[in-house]
This record gives sequence, C-alpha cells and structure tokens, in this order.
Amino acid sequence: MKKHLLSIDDVTADDIAALFETAAEMHDVQRREVKKLPALRGRTVINLFFEDSTRTRSSFEIAGKWLSADVINLSAKGSSTSKGESLRDTVLTVTAMGIDGLVMRHSASGAAHQVAQWLDIPVINAGDGTHEHPTQALLDAYTLVRHLGSLEGKHVAIIGDLTHSRVFRSNIKSLAKLGARVTVVAPPTLMPSGVGPWSAEAGFATSYDLDGVLAGDNGPVDAVMMLRVQKERMSGGYFPTAREYTVGYGLTRGRLAMLQPGTPILHPGPMNRGLEISPDAADAADSLILDQVSAGVAVRMAVLYHLLAGEEAVQ
Amino acid sequence: MPDPTAEPLDAGRIVLDDADIARALTRISHEILERNKGAEDLVLLGLHTRGVPLAKRIAAGIAEVEGTPVPTGSLDVTMYRDDLRSHPTRAPHKTDLPAGGIDGRIVVLVDDVLYSGRTIRAALDALSDLGRPSAVRLAVLVDRGHRELPIRADHVGKNLPTARSEKVRVRLAETDGADAVTITGGTE
Repeated sequence: MKKHLLSIDDVTADDIAALFETAAEMHDVQRREVKKLPALRGRTVINLFFEDSTRTRSSFEIAGKWLSADVINLSAKGSSTSKGESLRDTVLTVTAMGIDGLVMRHSASGAAHQVAQWLDIPVINAGDGTHEHPTQALLDAYTLVRHLGSLEGKHVAIIGDLTHSRVFRSNIKSLAKLGARVTVVAPPTLMPSGVGPWSAEAGFATSYDLDGVLAGDNGPVDAVMMLRVQKERMSGGYFPTAREYTVGYGLTRGRLAMLQPGTPILHPGPMNRGLEISPDAADAADSLILDQVSAGVAVRMAVLYHLLAGEEAVQ
Repeated sequence: MPDPTAEPLDAGRIVLDDADIARALTRISHEILERNKGAEDLVLLGLHTRGVPLAKRIAAGIAEVEGTPVPTGSLDVTMYRDDLRSHPTRAPHKTDLPAGGIDGRIVVLVDDVLYSGRTIRAALDALSDLGRPSAVRLAVLVDRGHRELPIRADHVGKNLPTARSEKVRVRLAETDGADAVTITGGTE
C-alpha cells in the first residue's frame, strides 16, 4: 500500500481486498465489550478539518481511538486559519508537534495532494473539494460487498448532484476496481462537464432518465446510491425548484416500488429528506444508510492500521 | 510469527513425523482432561495459523474420550504484537470465539511452536480484551526453548532443544498438505 491515501488511485484491487479483510475484523471489535486494540498505541493522529463534517470526522476519531492512537481534532473555525494563517503554515505547525498521521478535509480540490508533498507522514484525504473522498468510497464498496457478496458484474446506479460530488468521483474508481458496472444519473445541469469522454475512458454509463434506469433500460439495477444535493456548493440555477428536482431525480416512494425487492439503497449522508431521498426510501428495510455509518468506522480503522501501524520506512 | 518462506517441502531433518504428531496430540488431549478433571468449562483457542487446526485436533481427541464436544475457536494476535512496527503491515486473521464466550472458562491456548514467548504474551493481552477466563493454559506441539519472557507451556508435545540459528517448521495436513516437524539450518 502507498504511504498516503489521497485518491482511490492510490490503492490497487489487492489493497482494497486487504483493507476489507481488516475492516471485517474491525467490525467485530465494534461489537465487543472492550472496543480497543493496541495497534496504534503511542501514535498520534490529527484530524484537520477545514470543512464541516459529522460522520467522517467522528468516525475517524473513533477509529483512531479504538486502535489506541491519540486523536486530536482541529477545525478551521477557531484555529489560526481564521486569523489568516496559510494552509502550509498550519499543517507544518501541527505536524511539528510530532504527529504520525494527518487526516484532512479541505474545500479546495487537490489540497490533500499538496499537503502530502510538504509532509513526510501519511496523509489521508477525508474529502477535498469536489475531487475525491476515498474512505467514503471504500466504506460504500465495503457495505455493498458485505450485502451483495462480490461486486463483479453488479450494476450500481449513482444518482444525484454529480457535479459537486467527490463521493461519486471516488466511487467510480473503486467500483470499477471491484468489477462493478456503474450508471450515473443526474439532471443535465448537475452532470459534470466533459462527462462524455470521461465516462468512455472510465467505463461508466450516463443517463438523464432516472425512471428508465430504474426500470432496467441499462440492465437490472443491483444497488442504488443516492447523492446529496449540495446546496452549499451551489450558487443557484441548477434546478428551478426543490420540488422539480424531487419529481425528476428523487428516490420517491413511487420509484422505491420500481426496485427489485432487496435492492440495497445507499446514501453517504447527510440526507436532505424529501429532496433527493424520501423518508420511505431512507427508512426502508433495504436501506443500508446506517450500515454505511458503522462500516465507516471499521473501514477507517483498517485504513489507519494499514498506513500507520507497520514499518516506518514503508513506501 | 511470519509465515515460513517458500522452501522445498522436503527440506530439513524430520524430527516428528505424522504418527509422532498424532501421538503427541493424543497425549496432550489426555493431559488437558487430567489436569482439568474432565472437559467441563474447557475452551480451546488456536493461535493463527497452525494453532487453529491443532486446537481442532486436540478438541476431537478430547471429544473421543469424553463423548462431549469441546468449544473451540481461533485467536489472532496481530494487533497485539510488540514487533508490529518493525514489519510491513499485515491484515489480521479472524478471531472467532465459541458462542459461550470465554468468561469464567478454562481457556487452553494452542500453538505450534513455543519460542520467544512473545506471541503468547500478545495472546494473553488479546484475551484480556475479550473477556475474563477463570484460567488460561498453554498447549504447544513443540517447545524449542530460547524464551525471552517468563512464559512456559502447560502441555508440550515435544521438547526440542535447538540453536537460535536453526529453524523449526511445523507442517500440518490442513495448512500444508502433510504432517511433519522439521529442523533446518544451524549445524547442518
């Protein structure tokens, strides 16, 4: 495994298999009375979040703590960044305290790559702008693998705000590495520009017609992944009204009925209930949304373990 | 313990053949029963990799004598090792406890070779995170000496005086296709 986890490009299919194997063991730890493994005893991990986060940050914190690492959370609000310190100075300052790993989220695409070049400790990208969110893609795939068995030949539909979604960009890569077939669905305004040549190269299909995809136009759908409408990244004008978005691209009660019984429903959260996903779908028996959250801790434990526990001179 | 590297399967001097191994395990089964005055409360936990099949064989031996099955499981100590940092990271194996857990039970740890004692130290730490056995004992197929910690086995298949430069390899039908214990290197 490479030193950093900045993108799904940094892991091979074999790396993913090893991570999932470890994550499965970590999942068992979650059910134990003593939720503690000594693997990262004496190591310090800093969660440096320049963007809001609930589940990613807290699951990285829990993951680190259950592996006995000391975990420090720093958010940009209330740190020196708000006094005008540069990104470089901030990360060099916190790493100068002697930390062993950096988990970072930033609103700028490529921020984690840039930081990794300044530091000689492992950097884990916990989301950079609209670029990638590798641990989310890994936990999505892990959740699906646990539910469906192998993903080889399975058809996954990813639906929603693709333009602003780093989750989608990481998932395209991880699902391809695991042999799944992907169809992405979005309104034309939220379909990333240049998706044509990109989808041809990366091997995924695109559609504007959610009902058609769910009806099996592109082959039966084995799993549905809904994406959040990222209002905070939008300056308006992507769709006329929320109601119109829901009618065209929301997983409504009607569309839920179109799915084969047992088709897993995923959503990386936080959900806009009633916008991209109806309460019927979010709380359906086939919804794996809370499984994703618990998988998030197990997968992040696996990532921290593989990047931080072993030989220091690894590359 | 790192998996033995790829060597020809016939390398080395055979110190225990399949019949010797079978006899040793039968004796260990009887010793465990004698020591425990029956199979009550016993749990056998095999340490990865080769302790797991050994635990199953010993459990089968006990079941043959007592007529009741003995709960067995497996224990992985990867994350508890004190040399974690000096090796490339490896994915942990499965830790599988029998349904009844280990609280209040007599846990017998089973491993193939007892050497430095560090694996057993890690296993004892792992156990304390999993529950509170009323007692923990240790059964090994081979004790080759050179302890680095104050640890000893309760049940030993064979004491094998070795030099540190020698390499003891245990092969089992379940993991390696055939039963044999060999010594390579050293004075050979």
